[in-house]
Amino acid sequence: MCDHQCFVYEIVKMSGSSNLVAMKKIVQQLRFEASINRVKVSQAAADLQQFCMQNALQDPLLTGVSSSTNPFRPQKVCSFL
Amino acid sequence: MRFSINPEMATQEVQPNETLTNLKAESDTLKTKLEDERAKLHDVELHQVAEKVDGLGQFIMKTRRTLKGHGNKVLCMDWCKDKRRIVSSSQDGKVIVWDAFTTNKEHAVTMPCTWVMACAYAPSGCAVACGGLDNKCSVYPLSLDKNENLAAKKKSVAMHTNYLSACSFTNSDMQILTSSGDGTCALWDVESGQLLQSFHGHAADVLCLDLAPSETGNTFVSGGCDKKANVWDMRSGQCIQSFETHESDINSVRYYPSGDAFASGSDDATCRLYDLRADREVAIYSKESIIFGASSVDFSLSGRLLFGGYNDYTINVWDVLKGTRVSILFGHENRVSTLRLSPDGTAFCSGSWDHTLRVRDRGYHLEPVTSATVCLILVSSSSCLSLMPVPSPFYFIRTASFITFGP
Repeated sequence: MCDHQCFVYEIVKMSGSSNLVAMKKIVQQLRFEASINRVKVSQAAADLQQFCMQNALQDPLLTGVSSSTNPFRPQKVCSFL
Repeated sequence: MRFSINPEMATQEVQPNETLTNLKAESDTLKTKLEDERAKLHDVELHQVAEKVDGLGQFIMKTRRTLKGHGNKVLCMDWCKDKRRIVSSSQDGKVIVWDAFTTNKEHAVTMPCTWVMACAYAPSGCAVACGGLDNKCSVYPLSLDKNENLAAKKKSVAMHTNYLSACSFTNSDMQILTSSGDGTCALWDVESGQLLQSFHGHAADVLCLDLAPSETGNTFVSGGCDKKANVWDMRSGQCIQSFETHESDINSVRYYPSGDAFASGSDDATCRLYDLRADREVAIYSKESIIFGASSVDFSLSGRLLFGGYNDYTINVWDVLKGTRVSILFGHENRVSTLRLSPDGTAFCSGSWDHTLRVRDRGYHLEPVTSATVCLILVSSSSCLSLMPVPSPFYFIRTASFITFGP
């Protein structure tokens, strides 16, 4: 009876300590995440918008490219009569 | 790092005498604190900030090339830095290297497994990496000699304990980053096959990854079946940020071109934008009519457009700032499984379960016409002319030598 109790106690202690290890990792990760200095969405959004505007003219899918410079220009051509 | 850290707090070690109860209490406090912090900074929505920005107007894209040759579902593709070659992989185990300008197949390899879910082009253009149900990532040097058997020079680099879902070379041919159904990501040395760093934190299969643009440092983002998107420090292996707002598997993640944000596509039928400095989701791209999952996302060069390939066979094009859809692209006859912008941003390629890949672009320069009414000249195939008055404003297609119409 005593042996069985000791055995169960050992198991509880082992799973208890692996829970502790896991919990320590979680808390350490949360402490790290809580320490991040964040910016307001208004600031972040303004920066995203500014990047779009600054690079809009260099974006071929926004501006389109003339067929002479388009590397994927159509292979077939219809001529206008 | 994209943000600054309070150093004292970040490195505080957990003391040995802290009990489980204390730690659980602290964990709950920290979680609440994080939620409050993030909520406080949520002072406005992205689309509100973008209200004054001009809308994008009429948006037409055309399919310029259709790459046919795979015998089964196309699962993944990647562009070569030369902007013309593409590598694609499929369910039947075939990996094909194409010249997208001519649509010719330049190389073909048969993998020893089916479902090759990942493929990537090396930065030098001299090799491709691929893998899938074999749980490995293998590198094949591309030979100039068409007759040489590529499979003979194959090098096994990565070994996972479940399927390979994605792979990407870092800035050089020397290192590969992989993600796997075993729930981990890993960084490997190509030459030796050695594991350089592993990334643990996902609670289920990792489905996708993307490396930060090189200017912004050594981080990457991964998305998984645990609905989380995690940002990792490549050197330390630590998860530095985590986002959990999707309601289902995250199939695709892609960094915004500036590196300050990333987009995700999910089985919950939405795409979302997460800003790294605000540390939160800042936009959702969804519509009630879109009920099928998004399998693959990518941005245009300026970051203004987000392309999403969906399981309902379509590609939706979103205005990233305003949150609205600007176009819906048809053409594929089955799920769109993979989608990537070309290196110079002039086109994008989509791969599908319909066995094909399509390359699309905007085509012609478009200019608005100021006169009140415009006559549109139609040229039919039998070369007869008809004139139709069309209400303005209308975009007049200006080309020197020809006018074409059609799909």
